[in-house]
Amino acid sequence: MFGKTSRVGRTLQYLALAGYLIFLGFPLVWLLSTAFKPPRELVQLHPSLIPTNPTTQNFVQAFTEQELGRAALNSLQVSLASAVLTVLVAMPASYALARFRSKLGTAALGWVLLSQLFPFVLLIIPIFLILRQVGLANTHAGLVLIYVVWALPFALWMLQGFVRNIPRELEEAASVDGATRLQVLRRVVFPLLAPGIVATALFSFISAWNEFFFALVLVKTPELATLPVALARFVGIEGTARLGPLAAGSLLATLPSLIFFAFMQRRLSSGSLAGAVKG
Amino acid sequence: MTTLAERPDVTRAGRSRRPNRRSDRTAIYLLLLPSLLPILVLSVFPLLRGIYLGFTDARAGRNVDVSFTGLENYRELLGDGLFWNSFKIGLLWALGVTVLQFLLALGLALLLNQQLRFRGVARVLAVVPWAMPPVVVGILWKLVYHPDAGLLNEFFHRIGADGLRTNWLGDFSTALPAVIIVGVWAGMPQTTVVLLAGLQGVARELHEAAAVDGASAWHRFRHVTLPALTPVIVAITSLDFIWNFNSFGLVYVLTAGGPGGKTMLPMLFAYEEAFRYGNYGYAAALGNVMVVIIVALLAVYLRRRMREAN
Repeated sequence: MFGKTSRVGRTLQYLALAGYLIFLGFPLVWLLSTAFKPPRELVQLHPSLIPTNPTTQNFVQAFTEQELGRAALNSLQVSLASAVLTVLVAMPASYALARFRSKLGTAALGWVLLSQLFPFVLLIIPIFLILRQVGLANTHAGLVLIYVVWALPFALWMLQGFVRNIPRELEEAASVDGATRLQVLRRVVFPLLAPGIVATALFSFISAWNEFFFALVLVKTPELATLPVALARFVGIEGTARLGPLAAGSLLATLPSLIFFAFMQRRLSSGSLAGAVKG
Repeated sequence: MTTLAERPDVTRAGRSRRPNRRSDRTAIYLLLLPSLLPILVLSVFPLLRGIYLGFTDARAGRNVDVSFTGLENYRELLGDGLFWNSFKIGLLWALGVTVLQFLLALGLALLLNQQLRFRGVARVLAVVPWAMPPVVVGILWKLVYHPDAGLLNEFFHRIGADGLRTNWLGDFSTALPAVIIVGVWAGMPQTTVVLLAGLQGVARELHEAAAVDGASAWHRFRHVTLPALTPVIVAITSLDFIWNFNSFGLVYVLTAGGPGGKTMLPMLFAYEEAFRYGNYGYAAALGNVMVVIIVALLAVYLRRRMREAN
C-alpha cells in the first residue's frame, strides 16, 4: 500500500495473518465440530478435528432432553419484549433530543459513558431490592424492565443520530403543505426512521439475548431461566458425553447476534437518505 | 360542529407564526419523560443507593435492620486476605488482557489495512467472537481446554509434545494465563475494528511524503501512524481496561473463580459475597473500592498520555 514491501516482508505478513486466522478460527471450528459429533466420537481418546460421521443428534438432544428449548423460548420472549419496549420508549425522547437543543442530550451521552465505569455489583443489589418490593423479582417482567433501562441510554443516542439524519427541510416542506405535526411525524419521520428503528430494536434485542449477570441474579426459578443462564448451568453438569448438546446449544445461541452483525454492516453503509435533499 | 372543527386550525396558524415557547417546552418534557423516568428510577437511583450501601451493614433477608457503619466495611476489607488476593488477580487479569488485546489487535489492524489475500476471511473471523454471548465464548474455550476431549491437548499430542498436555483450567499454574487468553480472544475483535477505523483515518499523503523522504516502514509507523492513532488508542485501551476489570460472565463460566481461587476476579468475589453469603453492604463496599481504583488508574494513565502529547 505504502511504497514497496520486500518479499521477505510480505512473507512475514502472511505468516502473521495465518497465525491470527488460526488463533481466531480454530476455536470456532472446534465448536462447530463438537456440535456435529456423535457421542462415540466425543469420548474417543484422541478426538479428530472434523467429525467422521457428522450428526444433528446433538441439536435435537439439546432442545428436548436438556430443557434448552424452554430457555431459548424464555430468551426469545424477554428479548422481543425488551426490543419493542426500548424502541417505543426511546422514539419520542430521541426525536426531542435530535430536534430541540437541550442539555439532556449531553447528559444522556455522559450517562452512557459514566455507567460503564460502575461494576454491576453496585447496581444489582438495589435493583434486586426494588424489584422485590414491587413484586417483580424472579419474573420475566422485572428482567425486561432492567434490560430496557440498561439499553435505553445507548438506544437514545443511536436513534437520535438517525433522526438527525432526516433532513429538517422534509418536515418543514410537509408542514408548509398543510400537514399537522402528527401527520408530519407519521407520514414523513417514521417511514424514514425505519432503518434506525430496526437497528435500535436489534441492538436492544441482542443485548438482552446475550445478557448473563442480571438474568443469573434476578431470576431464580429454573423454568424461567434465559438461554445464557441455562447454558451456564449445563456447563456445571460436566461429562464428556454431554459436550455435544452443549456445543449445539451454544451454536444456536450465537445465531441471533451473527445475523445482527451481518445486518448492521449492510444497513449502516447503505446511506438510503443521501438523495433526499439536493445541495 | 363547524366552530369546533375550525378552532384548532386557528390556533395552529397562530403557533406557526409566533412559536409558543412554553407549550414547546412542555412538549419536550412530555417526550423525554418516558425515557428519563425509568433511567432515574432503575439506573441512577440504584447506583447512588448501591454506593451508599457500601457504608452500611446491609445483609440479605427481609426486615433486616440496616445501619450506617461508615468506614467499617473498608477497614474489614483491608484486613481480608481473600479480598487482596482477588484484587491482585483482578489487576493481573485486567492489565494482562488489555495490553495483550491491544498489541494483538494493533498487529491485526495493521495487517488488515494492507492489500493482502485472505483479508476478507480475516475481517469476518475478526468480528465473530465479538458477536458471541460471553457465556458461549466461555463454553467454547472450555471445549478447547478440555483435558480429555479438548483441541489444545490433542494438538500437543499430534505434534508429539505429550508432556505439555495438562488440565489447563484446573491447574493452579495455568488457570489464570489460560483465562487471560480467552479474555484476549473475546475482546480483540472490537479493539481491532476500532483501531482499523482509526488507521483508515491516517492521512495517506503523510505516509507517501515520508516514504519519498526515505523513511523506513518502522520509522513511518513510529512517527506518522502512531501519533495520528494515539487518541483512538487511548480511548479504546481505557474502555477495554474498564470492561475487563468489571467482567464477570466469561470467567464465571470458565472456572467460577477456581481452582483454589486462582481466577477469583473482584466481580466474582463480590458476587459470592452478595449472593452466596448475603453480605450486601460488604459487597457494595467492594464495588466502591473497584470504582475508586479504576478512576485512579485511568487518571494516572490519561495524565501521562496528555503529558506525552504536549
